[in-house]
Formats: sequence, structure tokens, C-alpha cells
Amino acid sequence: MSAPVFRNPVVRWIDYRLPVFTFLNHELNEYPTPRNLSYWWNFGSLAGIMLVTMIVTGIVLAMHYTPHTDYAFESVERIMRDVNYGWLIRYLHMNGASMFFIITFIHMFRGLYYGSYKAPRELLWILGVVILLIMMATAFMGYVLPWGQMSFWGATVITNLFSAIPFVGENVVSWLWGGFAVDNPTLNRFYSLHYLLPFVLVGVVVLHLIALHRFGSNNPLGIDTKGPQDTLPFHPYYTAKDMFGLGVFLIFYALVVFFAPNLFGEPDNYTPANPLATPAHIVPEWYFLPFYAILRAVPNKLGGVVLMFAAIFVLFILPWLDRSPVRSARFRPIYKIFFWILVVDCVVLGVVGANPPEGTWVVIGRIATIWYFLHFIVLLPLLSRLERPRPLPVSISQPVLSGGGYAPAPARAMDKA
Amino acid sequence: MVHGAEAVRGQAGGHGHGEGGGSRRDFLILATTAVGAVGAASVLWPFIDQMNPSADVLALSTVEVDLSPIAVGQAITVKWRGKPVFIRHRTEEEIQAARSVQLGELRDPEADEARAQRPEWLITVGVCTHLGCIPLGQKATDPKGDYGGWFCPCHGSHYDTSGRIRRGPAPQNLVVPDYVYASDTVVRIGEVGPAGGAAA
Amino acid sequence: MRWSIFGGVAALLMAAGTALAAESEVELPERHWSFDGLFGTFEREDVRRGYEVYRNVCAGCHGLTLIRYRELAALGYSEDEIKALAAEQTYTDGPNDQGEMFERPGLPSDPFKAPFPNEQAARVANNGALPPDLSLLVEARAGGANHVYGVLIGYEEPPADFPLKEGQYYNKYFPGHVIAMPPPLSDGAVAYPEGVEATVPQMAADVTSFLAWAAEPTLEARKRMGVKSVLFLIVFTGLLYAVKRKIWLGVKH
Repeated sequence: MSAPVFRNPVVRWIDYRLPVFTFLNHELNEYPTPRNLSYWWNFGSLAGIMLVTMIVTGIVLAMHYTPHTDYAFESVERIMRDVNYGWLIRYLHMNGASMFFIITFIHMFRGLYYGSYKAPRELLWILGVVILLIMMATAFMGYVLPWGQMSFWGATVITNLFSAIPFVGENVVSWLWGGFAVDNPTLNRFYSLHYLLPFVLVGVVVLHLIALHRFGSNNPLGIDTKGPQDTLPFHPYYTAKDMFGLGVFLIFYALVVFFAPNLFGEPDNYTPANPLATPAHIVPEWYFLPFYAILRAVPNKLGGVVLMFAAIFVLFILPWLDRSPVRSARFRPIYKIFFWILVVDCVVLGVVGANPPEGTWVVIGRIATIWYFLHFIVLLPLLSRLERPRPLPVSISQPVLSGGGYAPAPARAMDKA
Repeated sequence: MVHGAEAVRGQAGGHGHGEGGGSRRDFLILATTAVGAVGAASVLWPFIDQMNPSADVLALSTVEVDLSPIAVGQAITVKWRGKPVFIRHRTEEEIQAARSVQLGELRDPEADEARAQRPEWLITVGVCTHLGCIPLGQKATDPKGDYGGWFCPCHGSHYDTSGRIRRGPAPQNLVVPDYVYASDTVVRIGEVGPAGGAAA
Repeated sequence: MRWSIFGGVAALLMAAGTALAAESEVELPERHWSFDGLFGTFEREDVRRGYEVYRNVCAGCHGLTLIRYRELAALGYSEDEIKALAAEQTYTDGPNDQGEMFERPGLPSDPFKAPFPNEQAARVANNGALPPDLSLLVEARAGGANHVYGVLIGYEEPPADFPLKEGQYYNKYFPGHVIAMPPPLSDGAVAYPEGVEATVPQMAADVTSFLAWAAEPTLEARKRMGVKSVLFLIVFTGLLYAVKRKIWLGVKH
């Protein structure tokens, strides 16, 4: 970790006084990274890139948007029709939110599968959950801004959640609204906060990265790096790998933006907000659907709200629920099965959230909700005691260099790898 | 250990991964960087262009003005591209005053004939060429400056009956916008005439 | 293992897709539109005829206020034609020097004039129903263009025991089948150019094309840029993959 010598005299002059280049060199260039990371480790940097994309496109949209109930809808349409490339920037932003959530969800499930939340990375994980919460708040308020029917009724329904708080609920809600219903004051404060929160997000992401770089990335084997033979410098190995992953992602992003820009949207949001008529059935954006399903699974207002927030807050204590010393699901045969059941469970919750709360959907929603909490609160602590993990490899380089597995590797694998 | 060393080599010079050959790899990285730069540049353009005047702003960039209600000696102000445009129906004396000036006396020499397509109508952008204030002189009660045209109260520029700068800090004459006469009594400001400019 | 994870993610996305798509309660007529697909464009002739249908039939009750007359240039109307079309309407402007509002003919920069000054006036004139503004109709309805087309051709006699009140009509493609709009189109309702017969399905398809254009006039620019961008990204990603492979060559991982 000796200070690097920079060839460029200007860089050297600055770095002597303000060691930013040394810092960048440590953290982005020579930063030792496990050599066995799979493509599932691309999603962290992708999420960072998406955050920057959202901030840049968002600042541009703010130059043209008018946060007033009389003009908001029209100003968005003006962006779509009159502003040079306004349609492009708006579609990038609006679909960017969905992309950001897809990436973040994959990133989280990767963390769950490989036990990335376990010691000593508990704070790294907790900061990640904080990031998710801020993202959700930001996305929710951003969805209100175009002031379509779904914007208005989404805002009404979600802010009304707080009326479930005993005694002060009604006061809290009218405090959130700044009035007796979602109206211009609400739109204005949501706009202000929607602009602010992404920068808070940047701050928490920096903390997330500091925590990450303290112990370095987890890896598919879930065992600690034991020396230079287990790692590669971040650059050029993982910069190249991340760039390729970024390219693949951008193809997907571009396909949505250019050919199906309203895929994740609701037609009703192209109708201006009407406080006197609720659309036939209102659904939140897709990334909220699992939580929405949990909310509706309980026939009690307060209970539903509490359970919905609990679904996220349970993630905060996850590092202490799963006490198994083995991180990676590769060596936890039973956990691996339950992991996939949880993935399916979350998808089911999403589908339930998108459908009207009638008939079998209610039953399915309740079972899926119970399973969700069962998984975290009961199964994980039990598994930590009962499951017998498979033997772990001695080091990352051992199975990697000898062709995989913990058993002595046959010679031919050496040539192949 | 072998691989640790190899990693360091890869980091230090970017050369020497056995059979691949350093120069071929360098060329590949160079080509990819170049393609990436082209992509980045083309992404950049929409983000720059969005700040240019949008389609609705450009659509309002011509205004039609009916001149028939303006009596001789009167002036009106119309808004064009967010700025005032002075339209003055000049009297015979004002035209004479504007045309009898020696061009040599002027800071920004321009003949009155080149500034007014029809002598009785003077059309200028009503923004002082000094620092953008609006000169006085449109209303009958306004001070018109020492040359009978306009007077800018911000820093004391005097304009004559052709809107030319005569005294004070302003460097240039009041700007004559593009305009065409749609008919004898209708003028369209912001449209370039067949002659290609204000000069008739 | 990898593939099963991909499968999981794909299932998640598909579930989200179908969940969102599972909206429309009626089976809509499937029609191929010129603006569908990766290379879709608006068929200028169709859209222009559609505009005539809108102008002569729909505009009596439905506004199209997000479209400005100048935008008709994109459909091939000349500047003089646009000015003449705009000037058919009068707009309140002002105040003038006397402090009074005045009427003036429309300009190309004016939006299409709404038929009613406000919602109440529209409801009074239409038995309490509100004819929606059509600017974004194609995007604001599940099913999009197929919905609009379907409703226009979907009027028929109600089934025997179907309860209909006064001022209600049966429409097989309208969600719930009860619609307050009387059948707007009839054969020959609009004077069509030589060679095209003004049948109800033809007029319905044309006006739907026009409304699809009105909902997103930038659709063609979007698809053109999309094709270029995706092709570029495929090449660029291929190069990035080659770079990645070269860099990782010989590294055991």
C-alpha cells in the first residue's frame, strides 16, 4: 500500500497536497478484489451508474418541469413534445427508476444468496437497506410529479397509510399533505424532497462503499481472501468486466426506452389527476407490488401498515437472524432451497399486489406474506442450528487454481481453467 | 503466488498476457475506447440541446402587428421573444431629422434608409445596447432624450429618431429586428423577408 | 445454477409484465398498425384522413388541446393550409390597450380549440357525460390503439336482456359494454379522397392512426434513434467483451 508515484508532474503536485489521486488509485485501481467474482457482482456498480443517470436526467427535467397542480401535467407533456430531446430524457428517467429497482433487487438477492450480510459486513448490508428505503421514498414522490391519475391516487393511498398511526394519525397525514387532501402544497413538497433525496442517497452510497472497501467484496465461495493469490487488482480486471456488464445492461435499457417506454407504466397516468374520480383499480409501480400485497394481506388497517414496514425492517436485523457461520449458499444445501422459495415467494407477492384483492388472491397473498416472515424470523435462525453445511474450501485460490471443488482436483482441469 | 505476480504485471503496464500479444490488446482497448467516446459524445448532445429554445418557444418567434390604429406621432410597444419592440409612426419632421444627419457624426454609422423599410414606420428592439435596460420615449410624457428619440434612464444613453445612439455609454444603435410587411397595415416581426434582412 | 437464476429473474420480469398487462377486461380486435414494431412509422395518408375525421366528427365534443396547429406540418400540411385551419377558430386574447379582452383568429402556435369552455359546460351538453380530451387517449387506455379502434367499430345491438338506460349505448369493445357516446361514425360521414372508401372501419382506423400520432408525435424519432442506439450498443458491447476476454486471458478465476 505504498504511495504510488505519478508520472504527470501536475498530478504529483496536486496529490502531494490533496491526495485524491492516491485515494482513487487505492480504491479503484489496485483495490484487491477476490479473483472469483461472478457476473452477479456487476450489479453494485450498475446501481451506482443508474443513480448518476437518474440524477443527471432528473436535473435536466427539473429545468422544464412546473410543480403546480395546474401546470404539472402539461409541463411534462411539453417536455415530451416541445423540449429538444425532452421525450428521450423523460423516458430515460421514468424507465430509469424501474431499471434502478431491477438492479437493486438483483443486487440484494445476490447478497442473500451468498451471505454478503454476515460478519464483518453487517453495516454494509444495513446501509444497503437504508439505500433501498430512500430509493423507495424518492421513487414514490417522483411518481407523483407528472400529476396523472395514478400520481394523485397513489399519493392519496400511500400517505393515508400514516393515518393508521394511533392517536396522531390524522394529524400526521394532514401535516404530510399541507392541507385536507393531496393538493398543490403536497406536490410542491414532494418535488422539493424528490430533488433532495437523491443527494442524500449519494451520501449513503459513499458510506456503503467505505464499508465495502473495509473488508472488500464477498465472493461466490463466501470465504475470506487469504492473500494476494486470492485477489486481482480492481483495474483492469473488474473495470473491464463491469464495462462489459454495463454494455449488456444498456442494450436492455435502450430496448425498453426506445421500443416499450410505457411497459412499466400505467395508462391511467396519461389522464390528468382528478380529485373527484378514482380509477377503476389503482396499483402502485411494480417495484412496490410485493409490499403492497403484504399491506393488503391483513384485514386490519394498522396491522397491514405495520406488517408492510416490518417486511423491510426485518432486513435490518437479518445479520443476526441468520447465525450460520457459512456465507455462501453453495455450501448450504437446505438454505439454497429456501432461498429459491423466497425468490418465488416475492414474485408471487408481486403478482398478488397487481391483482384486485378478491377471491383466491387474498388467500395466496396471506400465505405468501406468512411465508415471507416465516423465512426470516423462524427458518433462518433454525437453519443456522440444524443445517449441516458442506465442507468449505481452504482458500479462494485453491479451488480456482485446481479447477473447482474442495476435493483434490484432476490435472486436466488445470489446463482448462 | 505466480498469479499474484501476474496480476501485478497486468496492473503495472497493461502488457504481457502470454499468447495474446501486448500490441494487439492495446489496439483493441484503443478501438473500444474510441467507440465509447463516440457513444458518450452522442449521448451528450441531447443533454446540451435540451437547453436550446424549444419548439413552442420557437413557434412564438414571429408576431403579427396591425399598424392601422397607430396615429402619426404615436408609438406602441409589442412583446416579441420576451423583449419589447418599439413601433413608432414617425412624423415628417422626425423622418427629416433622422435623414439629415451626417453619417460621420454617428458612433455606429447607419443610414436611416437602411433602418426603416418604410420611412413612416420605425421598428426597433427596445433594449438599450449598453446593458439591456428599456429606454424611455414611447409615451408622450416620456423624456425622449436630446435627439427626440429615446433616452435610457439606467446610464444616460440618448437615441435619435432613427433609434441610433448619439450620446452616452451604449456602443450600438437600437437593433432593427427582421420583419416583413404582410400587407400595407400588417407587419410580421421575426420573419426574414425575401431580401434577406431588414434593409429594403 | 446460473441458468436457474436467470430463469428466476426472467420469471420475475415476466410476472411483472403480465401483471401489468392483465388490465383490459374485454378482448380487443387485433390490428396491425403502421406505427407498431421496431421500424414503425405513421402512414401520412392515413393520419391526414384521420385528421379530417377528427375535425368533422370528433371535434364537436372532444378536445385535442395538446396539439398545436403548427404541428400539422409534420403531417405534410403547408404553412398556408395550417394558417387557414388555425384561422377557422377564434381565440380570446388580450387585454388590449383599452384593458379589454378581444377575439382574434387562431394562429399556428395556438392549441386546437376545445369544444367546451369547461368541464361543466361539456357535461351539460352531453347528458352529464364528459367527452374526454383525445390528446393522449391512445396512451391513456389499456390496449392503446386497439382499444380506440375497437370502441369506434364496436357498436351493436345489445343482447336481449342487457339493461341499458336512456342515453346509453352497447359497445362490445368498451369495458363494461355501456358507453355514453352515441355511435360517432357512419358510412360516408366524411368526404374522402378518390380511391378510398369512407367506411366505418376505414374511418375508425384512420382516426385511430391520427390519435396515435397526436398522443406521441415523437414516436418516429424515438424508434429511429432506438434502432441506431441498439445497433451501436451491440457493437460496443461486443468490443467490450473482447477487451474483457483479452484482459482476463490466462487468469485463473
